[in-house]
Amino acid sequence: MKKQRVRITFSKTEAMRFTGHLDLILTWERTFRRAALPLSYSEGFNPRPIMNLAAPLPLGFISSAEIGDFWLSDEFTPDQVRSSLDKSLPPGLIVHDVQEILQLHGGKLPSLVERSDYMITLPNDYPGLQEKIDLLLQSSQCIRTRKRKEYDLRPLIHDIVLVSPDDGSPPSLRVSLLILPIGTGRPDEVLSTLDIPPHETIICRTAIILKAGEEK
Amino acid sequence: MEFTQLNQKLAKVLPTVEMPGRYTGGELNQIIKDWQKVDVRTVLLFPEIYDLGMSNLGLMILYDIINQEPNYLAERSFIPWVDMEAALRSENIPLYSLESKHPLSDFDILAVSLPYESLYTNFLNALDLAQIPIYAKDRTKDHPLVIVGGHSTFNPEPIAPFIDAAVIGEGEEIILEILETYARSQPGSSKLDKLNHLKEIEGLYIPAFYEPVYNADGTFSKLKKTVAEAPDQILKRIVGKLPPPPKKPIVPYIDTVHNRAPLEIMRGCTRGCRFCHAGIVTRPVRERPVEEILETMDTLIPNTGYSEIGLLSLSSSDYTQIVDLVESINKRFAGQNIAISLPSLRIESVSVSLMDALSGKRRSGFTLAPEAATERLRNIINKPISDQQLLDTAKEIYQHGWHTIKLYFMIGHPTETLADVEAIANLSKRVLQVGIQTIGNRAKVNASVGTFVPKPHTPFQWVGVTPQDEITEKLDLLQRELRGRGLKLNWNDPRETHFESWLSRGDRKLAEVIYKAWQSGAKFDAWREHFDFTLWQEAFAEAGLDPEFYSTRVRAEDEVFPWDHINPGVKKSFLLEDYQWSQEGKTRADCRGDCFSCGILPAYNDLRHQNPGTLWLCPEVSRGK
Repeated sequence: MKKQRVRITFSKTEAMRFTGHLDLILTWERTFRRAALPLSYSEGFNPRPIMNLAAPLPLGFISSAEIGDFWLSDEFTPDQVRSSLDKSLPPGLIVHDVQEILQLHGGKLPSLVERSDYMITLPNDYPGLQEKIDLLLQSSQCIRTRKRKEYDLRPLIHDIVLVSPDDGSPPSLRVSLLILPIGTGRPDEVLSTLDIPPHETIICRTAIILKAGEEK
Repeated sequence: MEFTQLNQKLAKVLPTVEMPGRYTGGELNQIIKDWQKVDVRTVLLFPEIYDLGMSNLGLMILYDIINQEPNYLAERSFIPWVDMEAALRSENIPLYSLESKHPLSDFDILAVSLPYESLYTNFLNALDLAQIPIYAKDRTKDHPLVIVGGHSTFNPEPIAPFIDAAVIGEGEEIILEILETYARSQPGSSKLDKLNHLKEIEGLYIPAFYEPVYNADGTFSKLKKTVAEAPDQILKRIVGKLPPPPKKPIVPYIDTVHNRAPLEIMRGCTRGCRFCHAGIVTRPVRERPVEEILETMDTLIPNTGYSEIGLLSLSSSDYTQIVDLVESINKRFAGQNIAISLPSLRIESVSVSLMDALSGKRRSGFTLAPEAATERLRNIINKPISDQQLLDTAKEIYQHGWHTIKLYFMIGHPTETLADVEAIANLSKRVLQVGIQTIGNRAKVNASVGTFVPKPHTPFQWVGVTPQDEITEKLDLLQRELRGRGLKLNWNDPRETHFESWLSRGDRKLAEVIYKAWQSGAKFDAWREHFDFTLWQEAFAEAGLDPEFYSTRVRAEDEVFPWDHINPGVKKSFLLEDYQWSQEGKTRADCRGDCFSCGILPAYNDLRHQNPGTLWLCPEVSRGK
């Protein structure tokens, strides 16, 4: 029985870097049970907890800005939810914000996501990287193959910025990627296009941007 | 290797392998202690991949018990999958513990869980990956002591040259005795010195103190002691009362085979199926009180958040208070979306009402294990149920909402004929027919057919395993007969059966075969895609041994076995009598009604006396010996 919908913003950190999407859902279910916050469950022989994570985070990425909607079978204040969860979180999850969503039904998170921003820490300088980025941003298409299917990465790229600190510490990329009906922009695909092996970097999602005016 | 260096290398490797979450540790409820502040450091190795090993109850119990002691620490290690193994080898990263990422060679004790024989090559591979010498004789005080335990160590001889000691029986008490003894030994004392102290511990077998002697025909003659004070017999260790179960087990971050909280409700089984190794080695039956189970669940659930609790035992429906337990759980945890699983239910209607009461989640199928398809054969293996009982139970299962019944059978039982095998197909069809009459064409039957492997310390330890060509003939028959709409058949590769049978009843000569097979690449032998029969045949040939000597050979009733010095508490004479009874088709009733003097009570008279009452299902005894 759905009584309340809460939207949680959270980090998925190093300790859970290699936990995939389905296992993350399981981890949340267990976290709510440890917190004695009753999730709503679906009907039928195999009841599942009702929750929606905005966008799956690929294995090996970390995030400081994941968003999930959770339906509870009882009512609590956002502060109560927050403090109960804080006591029950496993290593690798940090809650930043809990909001009540007044609209109990509809407006599922995955359909609201417009864009994801990532910060990618590079292990070292890559000569000619800025030129490659410029070239990519100026091009009108960038055909790549993923899972044996060809697709155009270019329309999925919103922006790429190379940040090279003056103090000599390793550079990073700020990559902003769109989620469109034709596909979802993946930062590892951008890295490969720029000739940077993705597994040498640390990819952190820093924001999930929802379509304006539909957040509540 | 420096800790940071290992971590840096890992950081590079992990993103390149499949399921890296197997290799990181750091899960909820993991325990990391200060390495410098403890006296003895143990790493618990389960020589399979994380996904399987994390579901092993024994490992979790020992982890819990050792880490409760302030002076000891226990960490975990598992076998890397082939891609990670290649990465570890190419980066020269030694096998490490998940908690502190110390190489296994930094620990004082390497405790290895060996519940089944197909882990032996993985065990050797783990030593090699840890850069620890594989043969015990090549290890010194600078290496961890390698101590194994688990059901397969009831015949430790095939792996004797690789181990420093084997725990025979239940580990809960002996593990602390081992650690205490180790802690008391002089720092820097020799390995022999340590082993000399350890040999005082009851239930610990130290192979270096014995040498096997063989007869001219290759059979085993005796075990000669090389150290006079070594015990003649190693009586298995048992606990008088089941110790408190782990209340805060580690919760994995990735999917595992049994992704649930385990809770043991009973140890042992009184049924006496003659093929069953566990049924002998886990005797006597000891139950956990209902109240303790409920109280444990009260803390287990908030500590883990698990939505499923597996109530573990060899035969759930034989737990005396099972109905009461299930009702109490239902009442106590109503509305919390907690599912309970009860493995191993007997073929009787009470099983159906039990599963019904648990409802919550309805699984794909209801499993029944008649093991043999004719009443004659079921009498021989001492699993006496009638066909009618099976069909009646099946009908109830279909009536209560299950669409699929899984039937477990074995072929290769003693005296089995092709007619007995054909009966498997017929009985499966009759069960399906009952299903169709009850729920129509949705009804399904999945028959799983394994091949019987005679195990040491069982009434069938004298029996030969069925020759491969006969197994193939029987499986062919089943593939022809057991087909049609609604029927499915699974079976084991006969070669895997034979492999298991060599190791089960092997002697110390087999160690060379295991070593050679591992050297030429054998590992993950329990995985169909990795098991390589040819490697093993070649290893036998190189060692000059005949595999059939260990597998198909029928043993003489007076044969001395290489495992006779391991005493499971059940007398060999009792096993022999039961073997003889089987040949007459004579069954033995559940021993909770009548004691048949298997030997357990005289062996553990004092323990029984100290634990009076109904939690043991053996009769009470008068004052100890």
